[in-house]
Amino acid sequence: MPQRQLTGTRIRERRIDLGLRQADLASQAGISASYLNLIEHNRRRIGGKILHDLARALSVDASTLSEGTEKVVLDQLRSAALEQTEIEVELDRTEEFAGRTPGWAALVLAQARRIEWLEDRVQALTDRLAHDPQLAASLHDVITAVTSIRSTSSILVGDEEIDRDWQNRFHRNIYEDSQRLADSSRSLVQYLDAPSEDGGALLSPNEEIEAEIEKNPDLLFALVTGKRPDIPQLRSSAAQTLMDGIFERFASDIEKLPHGAFERIAREQNYEPEQIALHFGTQIDVVLRRLALLRVEDGHPATALAICDRSGVLTFLRNGAAFGLSRTGFPCPLWPLYQSLSQPMRPLRRKVMFQGNETQELLCYAVAVPTSPPSFDAPQLMEGVMLIMPQKVSLQRSQSKVGPGCRVCQRSGCIARREPSILSEIEELNQTF
Amino acid sequence: MAKRVLVIEDEPNITEAISFILSRDGWTVHTHSDGETANDRIKATPPDLIILDVMLPGKSGFDILRDLRSEEGISDLPVLMLTARGQARDRELAEKLGVTQFMTKPFSNAEVLESVRALARE
Repeated sequence: MPQRQLTGTRIRERRIDLGLRQADLASQAGISASYLNLIEHNRRRIGGKILHDLARALSVDASTLSEGTEKVVLDQLRSAALEQTEIEVELDRTEEFAGRTPGWAALVLAQARRIEWLEDRVQALTDRLAHDPQLAASLHDVITAVTSIRSTSSILVGDEEIDRDWQNRFHRNIYEDSQRLADSSRSLVQYLDAPSEDGGALLSPNEEIEAEIEKNPDLLFALVTGKRPDIPQLRSSAAQTLMDGIFERFASDIEKLPHGAFERIAREQNYEPEQIALHFGTQIDVVLRRLALLRVEDGHPATALAICDRSGVLTFLRNGAAFGLSRTGFPCPLWPLYQSLSQPMRPLRRKVMFQGNETQELLCYAVAVPTSPPSFDAPQLMEGVMLIMPQKVSLQRSQSKVGPGCRVCQRSGCIARREPSILSEIEELNQTF
Repeated sequence: MAKRVLVIEDEPNITEAISFILSRDGWTVHTHSDGETANDRIKATPPDLIILDVMLPGKSGFDILRDLRSEEGISDLPVLMLTARGQARDRELAEKLGVTQFMTKPFSNAEVLESVRALARE
């Protein structure tokens, strides 16, 4: 099979480059020479510990050996191929395609993701047309003005004579309605007009904020200087309101955990939220949000931050897509973020592995905290906060896996599955090749 | 004696245009612009026919129609419903509530006049 061939071939090439004998490498990796021979000749599929051990012995990252052939990439390519039913794609040569022409494969994937993104935007626009009260009100104004003008002007141009008072009255009405129609049309155009080429008009307020933060990563970090950064002018007032709330919250976190001291203690405590919270005598959710503000360029680990409300809707997401957590589609409920909602106030620390990416573990810290005062008469509102920190895969394999969402997740026997995966179809195809 | 039509519509210029064409056609036209008190107005002086807008202040045309159809003595009054919302589900709801005829805006005067005449004959 091409995937095994490519990985095995890479191992063999690297070994020969280093001048190692097969027996030496096998010994260092704790496997027999005959087994290594099978691997190098692509007759055994490897991953996890053996791949890790071989990579260590060859002084390369495990991902280097499997780079470009990760299962998730192959699955995504096949998924992209299946979406185009009118084009017959050589699915049996997907691995070869990805391995031999990684640039073209990346382009195909990027375009497939772009199509998916555009489809989501179309859906968002459709939803907006159907449910947006502001748009409905604008359209109602336009139709009302048009109705009035049509009806009134029909009377004026009709054959029957109309006395002068009525004529004057109807002329005035038409003038008023035409003014109203002009105003309604203008506001409708402004509402629908896209402000930028990134399709911002179709973003939800949350997406608009996150896109802005992604475009300007230092926007939130600027808060640590103690100054309120210049908040960019956002398109929708809803996004502006949400952005103000986000800035206020992060500013409040920074006030509780001032940057200099926090940065020092975070390093000292090896970025362990529980220890940091203990040191400062503060809540873990505050620490998780603060850790997310530390920058990689200052020598801190990369992180992602996800916040959801009690219904599981993501209310804030930063860098999530880099680790497989995205707003697109329906996220995997196995993320610790969602588990924390069923155990309020109990911090969770889970190592998870993203389905298909066996070269990286994700250390997740999550906690759900109440966001409304306790009351006998009102439901208790909660908020889940999760910080993701990627790590090299450890020798002790994590048992927890999360996926990209059921539709494109191939994990079999998953208790959280909501719908069949389209990749099952791919697997069936694979078995025929 | 001229037949009476009650126009329940909150847009004054549309009300004026409809009133004019119906008056010219021989109808006695009464108007009302508030949804909240519309059913009281109907009960106080039942017309021969009602032209009813959907989006009204205080109470929607759907609610007015629903209440009218359960009101003894006037429950079978013919109702021509006018709306800017021409979606299928609005039409279905109106029919479920017992509307006599459903018309979407922008309508033509001829359509309104023809419908009113037809409903009066029924």
